[in-house]
Amino acid sequence: MSDVTSLNPGTNGLIADLVADLQPVKRLPSPWLRAALWLGIVVVLACALATVADLSALRHRLMGAPDMWLAVLGSTATAGLAAIAAFQLGLPDRGRAWALLPLPGLALWLGASGLGCARTWFLPETHGPADGKDCMMFIIGLSVPLTVVMFAMLRRGYSLYPSLAGAVGGLAVAAAAATLLNFFHPFDAAITDLAVHATAVALVVGANRLLGGAILAPRRRARA
Amino acid sequence: MTAALANSLCVGMMHLPSTGERRMATSERATEDLDRRLCVLMIDVQGGDRHAYAEVLRACEPVIRRAGRRAGVTDDRLNDVVQETLLTLHHARQTFDPSRSFLAWISVIAQRRAIDVMRRHGRNDRREVHAPLAYESHADAGSNSDRGWEQSGRVKILGAAIASLPDGQREAVERLALREQSLTEAAAETGKTTGALKVNLHRALKALRLRLGGESEHV
Repeated sequence: MSDVTSLNPGTNGLIADLVADLQPVKRLPSPWLRAALWLGIVVVLACALATVADLSALRHRLMGAPDMWLAVLGSTATAGLAAIAAFQLGLPDRGRAWALLPLPGLALWLGASGLGCARTWFLPETHGPADGKDCMMFIIGLSVPLTVVMFAMLRRGYSLYPSLAGAVGGLAVAAAAATLLNFFHPFDAAITDLAVHATAVALVVGANRLLGGAILAPRRRARA
Repeated sequence: MTAALANSLCVGMMHLPSTGERRMATSERATEDLDRRLCVLMIDVQGGDRHAYAEVLRACEPVIRRAGRRAGVTDDRLNDVVQETLLTLHHARQTFDPSRSFLAWISVIAQRRAIDVMRRHGRNDRREVHAPLAYESHADAGSNSDRGWEQSGRVKILGAAIASLPDGQREAVERLALREQSLTEAAAETGKTTGALKVNLHRALKALRLRLGGESEHV
């Protein structure tokens, strides 16, 4: 052990201040458990939305177009993997490489959605009436409460990459909202739909990135 | 929390004796013992034990210095890394998981803080040149050697301007400019880092220049 007298005077003073400032803290549960808790909230929300959605029409639609299953699977996987990555990035000893975790789900989501676009491009009669404004409002509107919960949970950690943690958390939020949109999306995704969805997801991720820098940044929190 | 319970929580550090472990070098075993001890102490720290906290913080200092040196931080900036890392530990203490190695945890944080310190100093070094001799020996075209400070009364004006500076800036001006102490001497006496003193001096000179409307360039 280092003798206190051998420490730099400034470090000694800092240690005295930190010791005087010590308060008991509740140990943070593992990031896996916290991600599961956040996803559990999404599942509860999904169950609530399922009570007002036309589930038989949803099943019929998904059976009719296999690429839609893949797109839903991709957005669900993106939400799950991004939530895990965000809570890992919320810890000071985890590397930035965690931000790559949602990429497989994102690739599946984009790929399957692109496949749906290509089908409606060649077979335009398979595409129903689209209302991009409603889709965008749904994704952004549902993202607000999910973002509030996500940031309330991330704030208990201490991220050295706050903007990145916020952006990845935003991806989880946007992917979850886009997955839940399927309950009320009675048609396959055309290019215009896909562009609207991508814009909404990008807006949510960008807003969460800014929020991460503003709310999770260590210096601002130290002053608070 | 009892020692037995705390030890059982630090499962990451538990080991079963084996032939390989019996051959383990003494230094490695000492590191492992230190790791387990700090892990147990951190559990007490999370519970609010100040004695344990002081011990953990002091024990971290050499670990952080080693991590800083490994990251390529020069000796004169290691104190910055130590202080930044201790502050991070303080704000992130709730995130420590006793099932993981404490030394690995603090070393990763120190490495990240070392990179931050190097980036920050790299930016400052690109913008600023520390050349006190060149600064002092710069000839001011507007100066008049026939008219001394005493005659013009500017000593009083300058004294008042320095006295009105914030404590940290005034201390930097008094020690580095007026008493002509070296950065190392001033840092040792004040307990501040050389970086902090340089920043304070820079800000003080800027404030004096603004306040005296160009006359302070004689400082």
